[in-house]
Amino acid sequence: MNGPLAALTIQQFLADQLASYGSPDRAEFIGLIAFVLAGLVHATLLISLFAVLPMVYIWMERKVAGRIQDRLGPTRVGGKFGWLQTLADGIKLIQKEDLIPASADAMIFRMSPYLATIASFAAFMVLPIADGWVGVASECGAFLILALMSLEVFGIILAGYSSGSKWALFGAMREAAQMVSYEIPMAICALIPLVIAGSLNLQVIGQMQSGGAWNWFVFHDPFAFIAFFCYFVVATASVKRAPFDLAEAESELVAGFHTEYSGFRWSIFFLAEYASMFAVSGIAVLLFLGGWETGLGFPEAMLSGIRGVGQDVPIEGFVLGNYIANIFAAKVFILKASLLVFVQIWVRWTLPRLRIDQVMTTCLKYLVPISCCLFLGAVFWPLLLASSGLERPILFGRALVPPAVASAVGGVQSRVAIGSQVGSAVATADREGTR
Amino acid sequence: MIEQLLFWVFAILTCGAAVAVVATQNVVRMAFWLIVSLGSVSALFFLLHADFLGAAQLLIYVGGTVVLLVFGVMLTASGSSVRIKTSPAEAFVGAGVGLLLLSVLLFSVTSVEWDDLESRLPTRNLSPAAIDSQREASSDADVAAAGSSVAGPAREAQAALAARTQAGRTVRQLGLGFLGLRPDQDLNRPEGEGLSSGYLLPFEIVSIHLLVVLVGAAYLARAKRRVVAGASADL
Repeated sequence: MNGPLAALTIQQFLADQLASYGSPDRAEFIGLIAFVLAGLVHATLLISLFAVLPMVYIWMERKVAGRIQDRLGPTRVGGKFGWLQTLADGIKLIQKEDLIPASADAMIFRMSPYLATIASFAAFMVLPIADGWVGVASECGAFLILALMSLEVFGIILAGYSSGSKWALFGAMREAAQMVSYEIPMAICALIPLVIAGSLNLQVIGQMQSGGAWNWFVFHDPFAFIAFFCYFVVATASVKRAPFDLAEAESELVAGFHTEYSGFRWSIFFLAEYASMFAVSGIAVLLFLGGWETGLGFPEAMLSGIRGVGQDVPIEGFVLGNYIANIFAAKVFILKASLLVFVQIWVRWTLPRLRIDQVMTTCLKYLVPISCCLFLGAVFWPLLLASSGLERPILFGRALVPPAVASAVGGVQSRVAIGSQVGSAVATADREGTR
Repeated sequence: MIEQLLFWVFAILTCGAAVAVVATQNVVRMAFWLIVSLGSVSALFFLLHADFLGAAQLLIYVGGTVVLLVFGVMLTASGSSVRIKTSPAEAFVGAGVGLLLLSVLLFSVTSVEWDDLESRLPTRNLSPAAIDSQREASSDADVAAAGSSVAGPAREAQAALAARTQAGRTVRQLGLGFLGLRPDQDLNRPEGEGLSSGYLLPFEIVSIHLLVVLVGAAYLARAKRRVVAGASADL
């Protein structure tokens, strides 16, 4: 778990600063302090992102719901628009009595909200929000984030089971069935941009889509275009948002899996849900919508002009221009993901909830075959283009894969001439290596 | 130091949760402890810089526990106090198998020459000079600039940093080895001995087998509707 971690640079900086105060024979101890401090700084940054985004989204949910239902939504707390409504709600929830039903399995009942929240937060660790700004720069980040997102269901199932209520149990079993089925089309849809990029590294995928909106993978080929919408539907279902929120169907199951929860435990279930909405939207933005790029010519040219300016300006080893460009890029990324979250909220308050058998039919009879066909089409599309007189693997935008690749594999300097498929894999790996 | 600490935390979690799986009598709690144990194993993989393996462990083993959990919930939903009792014979057989496995593991651990193995690890062999040449080859301008201006202990720190950043990159080797490209084995091999084979064909064969099993299971488990001759199913 490393790579170009931002933590390593701050850690280095802190170690240098601390070294001037301590004696040289305590270098190891100083290094440890620097490591822990740098880790705390980054964890705090990530946790504040994890906590603040759901606050904004819950406010947005209430406002959008209000507008769609011809109401105003919150208007009083925190000025004219009710900005602080979520905070007020949170304070109220923390003050509530912490109830555990007598028939509940107390240990699992206490544990499951944290399990759901940890799984949701873990996805934030591998999600790059700007070029080089990522908690854990894993080489197989896309694989890892899908694996981490699939763990949230444990919290839901265990919560439903341990509540000792049949409504909660029904909700949990529905969620389990839904999650197990929807993971298949989700993985296949996510595979399409991964095949285009030839990489599992989310940062490389983001960098490959730079330049302009026509380089975004959603416009790469018609199959990827449909796959984006397919992915978004499946992602909405996988974070149990309406119209797929059968786990908490309040018209049938009281409140579903969280019937017996109240107060703080209830609120962190929702923290996890809204954070997951951002996480799946962030994955969609990274895989299909160009990541942290605006997709417009002028701002991107300006940003690439800024990058690299101001080498070692405040402190050594720090590039001011990159930092400013990355702040802008992070804002673009969060804005794009928030737009997708807005669409999820909009859909929730517009469409009625499906029945559980309709949910399963949608997945198994429609989404799985559709995603399989899309995947096949996306794989054959470059071959079709290459054989159809255009003689290039993609329709417009720049070619992603150089034709001949000379690579150094595993530290051994060797020239390996290989076929185009292998070439693309090596090329991407090389590009990762040089970053 | 911190890695040692984390190793001990996760190792204790792995073993403790595994013992808890055996000691607990409630199926759902067993599943919970199994999640903890398998998750800690994946954390150990991450500590060893085996990112891909750790993610696969999370997705396949920890994720696969969902199904176990669902079965557990279905079996014990009538009352959360259903206990599982094992007969003495089962305990005896289980303990015997466990002891045999433990002896095999201990035997293989003690028969490995760790000193020899450590010298063959690729990251340990990287000298500071090699790191610098790699740095220059890569267009990592800011770090390289910082690295070239310092010497001595700072350069060693850079080398350690570079070794750490290179350590997690297993996906490339895995993918190339999968396709049959094994430069670590094939480059210095004499002509005519042939190259090592990839794993693509066996992988495809196993995948097709699994697919057949899935389709067969779906066929066997489908809801069997009684088809009355002449009447159309109006569902």
